[in-house]
Amino acid sequence: MSDKHISSQFDAELSGISTRVLEMGGLVESQVGQAVHALTHLSHETAAQVLVAEERVNSMEVEIDNELWTIIARRQPAARDLRLLVAVSKAIANLERAGDEAARIARTVQRLINAGVSSRLRLPLGDLSYESNLAVAQLRKALDAFARLDVDKALDVLKSDDQIDQEFEGLIRKLITYMMEDPRTISASIDLVFVAKAIERVGDHAKNLAEAVIYVVRGTDVRHNSIDSVESKLR
Amino acid sequence: MDVKVELRAGEKVKLAIRNLNFFYGGFQALKNINLDIPERKVTAFIGPSGCGKSTLLRTFNRMFELYPDQRAEGEINLDGQNILTSKDDVTLIRAKIGMVFQKPTPFPMSIYDNIAFGVRLFETLPRDEMDERVEWALKKAALWNEVKDKLAQSGAGLSGGQQQRLCIARGIAIKPEVLLLDEPCSALDPISTGKIEELIHELKSDYTVAIVTHNMQQAARCSDYTAYMYLGDLVEFGPTNELFMSPKKKDTEDYITGRFG
Repeated sequence: MSDKHISSQFDAELSGISTRVLEMGGLVESQVGQAVHALTHLSHETAAQVLVAEERVNSMEVEIDNELWTIIARRQPAARDLRLLVAVSKAIANLERAGDEAARIARTVQRLINAGVSSRLRLPLGDLSYESNLAVAQLRKALDAFARLDVDKALDVLKSDDQIDQEFEGLIRKLITYMMEDPRTISASIDLVFVAKAIERVGDHAKNLAEAVIYVVRGTDVRHNSIDSVESKLR
Repeated sequence: MDVKVELRAGEKVKLAIRNLNFFYGGFQALKNINLDIPERKVTAFIGPSGCGKSTLLRTFNRMFELYPDQRAEGEINLDGQNILTSKDDVTLIRAKIGMVFQKPTPFPMSIYDNIAFGVRLFETLPRDEMDERVEWALKKAALWNEVKDKLAQSGAGLSGGQQQRLCIARGIAIKPEVLLLDEPCSALDPISTGKIEELIHELKSDYTVAIVTHNMQQAARCSDYTAYMYLGDLVEFGPTNELFMSPKKKDTEDYITGRFG
């Protein structure tokens, strides 16, 4: 049997909304990258760009939500289609929040710059950059999994989430050491703790997105499960 | 195809169908159906035209025997008794297993007599008890308030939705155990459909209901269990919420999401 609906218009609506989610995801992905770039380069301008993108992300969430309600009201989707639309709803909520985290980082950068923090102050910015690369990669992988409805890739995202968590813990330990060694870094370090937390949350949102992909494809709810039990559920 | 489903705890099987085959002359319309219909639940049958769902429903009260060259093999056990081989008078079986058809079929008589007619076949009731029975059935079918002042008028003068509720009232007036509904809402507007669905929901506290419907949303709305049939096979049977959210078979999913064909 074919994967196409009898109504080709319905097919177009579903693939249209998926494309919009990916578009929004791409925007958030670059927003997070930019936010951390703004931090490592202490760039006021890049931080401002992140905040402009934030508005775009917010309005995309509202637009996609509207499309979603229209499809549900008009098509009364069932089974896989319904699961896809529920996943779209979750995906855009998670992406919007990941965008919020990027905006939070951008505002922190602006505050640090305004407070006169310069690159002369030794701070573990490289580690933050590393953590954010992991988070952005997770987000990209989750979006990829969504685009292809690829369970293996989604599972990969769940497996890699630990890495970001470990990186986050390592960063906190490092920041504590900095603060103890040089009390002048305390204020900026506390800001960076929040940045590290924000990046870690981006990773969590990527994980939620990956869980939604698994739900679409398999109809199995894998939230709040250890990776071992997720794997056994999917076997 | 063999479809096993575990009923939930506390649920009793009302109709147990075993290895049921059905033939229209040389054409096999049902292929080895095995199915347990739980008591006091609504079981919906969905599937494209010609899949055998109405045929299956018509075996449950031996309605097919009215036609030549139609035969059923296998077992349909009502509370453990095979009705296909039962020596009981078939009208007694149909008193236990009532049926309502796609098109409203009021008898050409008054609203009152439409209901009293069936009751008189099985019971001799004094006038006041018959009045009570008619009122009870019409109330159960959510029609009483609309017809209580015109019981002597012809049943044919009612609207389509009212006629269908009259037929349901007639069906339940003889207090059956199982009620079979063959596309009861296909000729009705959404408001009448809504009233019948509400009625189905109320009926299941007393009766076992089996409903055939082309309207998948209707099956999703008002049934506890759903069976998907295709070309005489029972493809999938399970709790309605599972079947509409995460069906186990791809064929079922293709059908309920409109990918069929």
